[in-house]
Amino acid sequence: MFALGIETSCDETAAAVVRDGREILSNVIASQLDLHAEYGGVVPELACRKHIQVIDGIVERALAESGLGLAEIDLISVVRGPGLIGALLIGVNYAKGLAWGQGLPLVPVNHVEAHVYGSAMSNPQMEFPAVGLVASGGHTSLFVIENLGKYRRLGETTDDAVGESFDKVASLLGLPYVGGPEVEKLALKGDPNVIRFPRGLTKKRSYNFSYSGLKTAVLYHVKGYGKTKRDRDRISEKERADVAASFQEAALDVLVQKAVRAAEEFRARSIAVGGGVAANRRLRELFHGCAAKLGVAVHFPAPELCTDNAAMVAGLGHRLYTKDASAATYDFDAEANADFFQ
Amino acid sequence: METPRSDNTSVCRTQVTHSPSETVELGKALGECLTVGDVVALYGELGSGKTTLTKGLAAGLGAGRQEGVRSPTFVLLNLYKGRFPIYHIDLYRVHTLDRLHDIGFEEYAFGDGVMVIEWAEKAEQVLPEKAIRVRLKTINESSREIRVEFPDKNRRICL
Repeated sequence: MFALGIETSCDETAAAVVRDGREILSNVIASQLDLHAEYGGVVPELACRKHIQVIDGIVERALAESGLGLAEIDLISVVRGPGLIGALLIGVNYAKGLAWGQGLPLVPVNHVEAHVYGSAMSNPQMEFPAVGLVASGGHTSLFVIENLGKYRRLGETTDDAVGESFDKVASLLGLPYVGGPEVEKLALKGDPNVIRFPRGLTKKRSYNFSYSGLKTAVLYHVKGYGKTKRDRDRISEKERADVAASFQEAALDVLVQKAVRAAEEFRARSIAVGGGVAANRRLRELFHGCAAKLGVAVHFPAPELCTDNAAMVAGLGHRLYTKDASAATYDFDAEANADFFQ
Repeated sequence: METPRSDNTSVCRTQVTHSPSETVELGKALGECLTVGDVVALYGELGSGKTTLTKGLAAGLGAGRQEGVRSPTFVLLNLYKGRFPIYHIDLYRVHTLDRLHDIGFEEYAFGDGVMVIEWAEKAEQVLPEKAIRVRLKTINESSREIRVEFPDKNRRICL
């Protein structure tokens, strides 16, 4: 069975074709293409209404790369939320039109849920119950997965998302955008034990996260305030690297601590990590260290499934549809705050 | 609270808060007197308390605790249910006015609810005249100087 996935929840316009929920035949993401020649302009990273201009071409390209025609597609799946409403509407309405015109089943999926499915897609042997962690620029969510499609939310960030804190610390340290990978690179040269930055909400039993205090602590360390105020340029390379390493350690430590605690409490057999931060190598090291002791397998998505993409959308749509065909419907709207557990 | 400094058109109030929870309280007091169509423009560097103040604004506007106020830096816009819709916009990643248009800025600015904008300096040219400007300044680790500028001295001011 061939599923076409469409994702327009925020910055990215993406389309992908996936066979039987696992095998990725194509995975096209607008910002990763040189669209200048094709569309006569650069597609900006914040392309909400630009989705309209490129979506048709992106879908065509996903089909062409998969070697299939639209007539061979069996199912269309689209992200209905959460995300930016104007951006979501474009993907949802496009998918409805396409599915209706072709007489195909259409499966709406949740963006955060699709991130977790990205992990399962890359690791077919994943065992349940599992703890799911989605860590990205826009999301920091932890939940228990009884089985794919059955979730219970444990917690989420109460202020900044973890990926956002990486990006803001990168900006404080004068690193270029996109900041997360730059912080990780700089951290390799630093000592994570030099500065003990705060670990948000780790003293409480809560599974919620807080990254605003960590961001502010790094800000004070780098720039000072009042009499201690200093210029960023006055910091040595060594100290910058130590700040990056110590920040990264604090930010990731909280994710690992909470996910592992949840795995113990809910007797999970595996932990599934998704989202852009899942690409961070130090996070993978920390998880593998902890989980080995605990006897829990930790699964990460393939690198191309970490950041926003439509392959995970096609995969999840297929999975939901084969489990229960009533997952397909034309009767739904884009939802900015689509709850995870509908 | 200091004595307000007024000119013909606007009224300013400046207050120093000494903890995040005091910043939330101030936001709540301001939120309680907001009404449909109001735009609150927030200015202040990284870590100055813009999102924290917004938690208070949302509470003052009747959003329950379940309407978790979070930073919209990456998602650009969060929507909360209060007495009326609260559009929480973050322009940190928005670098040109074109992109403001892309996210549907005008529709929210003249819409059915209250709009709260972080990093409002990036939208200065398109902010409505009636916008309430709030400037946050870091004094030290826990204290913030928060200056609220009401554009029209005749409107109800509850701070």
